[in-house]
Amino acid sequence: MSGIANAFRRHPELMVAAVLVLTVVTIGLVNPVFWQPSNLFSLLRASVVTGILGLAVLLVMLSGGIDVSFPAFAIAAMYLTVKAMIAWGFDSILPAFAMATGIGLLLGLVNAVFVHYLRMIPLIVTLGTGTAVRGFILGVVGTSQINIDQMPPKLIDFARTQLFSVTQADGSQAGLSAMVLVYAVVALLIHLLLRHTMLGRGIYALGGGEEAARRVGFNIRQTTFLIYGLAGAIAGFAGLLHGAMIWTANPRDMVGLELDVIAAVVLGGASIFGGRGTVIGTILGGLTLVVITNSLIILGIDTTWQRVVVGLIVIAATAATAWRDRKRIA
Amino acid sequence: MTAIAQRLRRIDTNLLQLALLTLLIFGGMAALNPERFLRPYVFESITFVAPELGLLAIAMMVAMLTGGIDLSVIGIANLSCILAGLFFHAVGAPRGPELANLSWPLVTAGIGLALGTGLLAGAINGLLITRLRVTPILATIGTGQVFTGICLVLTGGPAVVGFPKRWGLIGNGTAFGIAVPLIVFLAVAALVWFMLARTAFGINLALIGTNARAAAFAGLRTGRTVFLSYVLTGGLASIAGILLSGRTNAAKSDYGVSYLLQAVLIAVLAGTNPAGGRASVPGIVLALAALMLLSSGLQIMRFSNFLVDLIWGGFLLLSIALAAWRNRTR
Repeated sequence: MSGIANAFRRHPELMVAAVLVLTVVTIGLVNPVFWQPSNLFSLLRASVVTGILGLAVLLVMLSGGIDVSFPAFAIAAMYLTVKAMIAWGFDSILPAFAMATGIGLLLGLVNAVFVHYLRMIPLIVTLGTGTAVRGFILGVVGTSQINIDQMPPKLIDFARTQLFSVTQADGSQAGLSAMVLVYAVVALLIHLLLRHTMLGRGIYALGGGEEAARRVGFNIRQTTFLIYGLAGAIAGFAGLLHGAMIWTANPRDMVGLELDVIAAVVLGGASIFGGRGTVIGTILGGLTLVVITNSLIILGIDTTWQRVVVGLIVIAATAATAWRDRKRIA
Repeated sequence: MTAIAQRLRRIDTNLLQLALLTLLIFGGMAALNPERFLRPYVFESITFVAPELGLLAIAMMVAMLTGGIDLSVIGIANLSCILAGLFFHAVGAPRGPELANLSWPLVTAGIGLALGTGLLAGAINGLLITRLRVTPILATIGTGQVFTGICLVLTGGPAVVGFPKRWGLIGNGTAFGIAVPLIVFLAVAALVWFMLARTAFGINLALIGTNARAAAFAGLRTGRTVFLSYVLTGGLASIAGILLSGRTNAAKSDYGVSYLLQAVLIAVLAGTNPAGGRASVPGIVLALAALMLLSSGLQIMRFSNFLVDLIWGGFLLLSIALAAWRNRTR
């Protein structure tokens, strides 16, 4: 028994994995429709953007902060990029994603300036930058939605790529979106950064305690700029990916998404006190959240309950994390 | 002359700066469009709209005083007035004279219900934060989702329209030529000012915010005090909800969403230290006046709501920079 408890303590991801398995099995028992490949594939597809944004939030939370500006950054990068693609007539994938990532990076660096030089709490900084950026996009750039007929075709073709498809029992085809692979690559890169580079160690160290990290010799300014810049860049990338996947660029999109993403990250075992959390945990947390919120309908629960469920997940996950870390805080 | 300067210096410099800012905004708006801005109607309407935002800002300030934050205030405000509205519809009728002419005892019961909801919601936040040691940001993000979610489940989405006339008096009425909401706001602000500046409870809160560990070692019952501060925050949020629903004669799950940023903005601008330890009710009143003048001026100049959001966000960042500059010697 204590062996299992020890394993859980040493690998918090196991706990999330257990929750995910339990959720999946329960939902599958209540309604076997859940197991259809089309449903499973669409759940995986739905977790891509939430998951990538979760990785951005993970970086910030590892350092002991929190970010609520990333949906605004994602939308800004997506809308500006798509507008530029239409206006300047370029329709290739790489420059488009480079542009979106770059816009996100710049916005993220603004956060870093406020957090590092002006010493303000990240929540309040990102609340301000997020509102300002969304206000800028809607008030200055435009409010009209760019629909599929105007969207750059190559972007949509890219997002429609499938890894493989299977024939279901009723003869219909169900394909797994190749975007899952994009997600995997981004996750792998972040994992390598966090686990195998000195920069990544610096992020964990900063979350453990700023003064301690400084004395050990980490460059706090460099680390802070890396965290917020990278988080912004990931958000920008995810924003364009989101637009490509839903075939529309809507500047009013993603309102309130920060709550779902933060829920996914804390469910994945990251602690807001910093220094704890892993890429694997965040991926599993994102999957669990997507599975639960998308399965309410096949469970026969009215969708008005969705926010209650997400809120309860946040509370339960943070309470569990706080209980796990109780010795550290006291 | 120097005597006056010295006396002025003894008053909080922050309050002076705020008063100056308020005057500047007033002067600027008056200079930009004198005919339309300098009308009694403009200022009269401010006295009806500002109080609900002011109460939310005070609620936010109380939470920030101990280094926390309450992101669930909007959810609490909406849940309180939706419950009161549903209560009125249950004891009266959904529409018609029966509802409009509900007697004072029943309206008072509704006020009690709304306040009780706020206090209970605050108590839930307080328990999560002090007993389960969940960090305030995540605890109130989670409970905010749950409260808003319960609003959605109760109403199914649409607004609860139609409140008793006597309830409307609280949000729309005038007494002695002054808006009732303003009287409510000033009375509550005075009460909170007294609690924070002149009672052991308030001093303890400031001490806990300055250094929680030192306060605990000094023998303060930190848990109980912080718990009570969140109960107070919840109560204040529900009063804001009563004013909002009284003024608009309706209650909805997503009313006042933009108030969250504005409440944080006013609290920060008022000189509240979000890391804890410092708060000022007179500062809130001045910051509120400054922002309401600015927003009416912008409305008169027909700025779109999105541009106003951009300005709010920019203002928050500016006030952060200002606070950093003010504290640069420390």
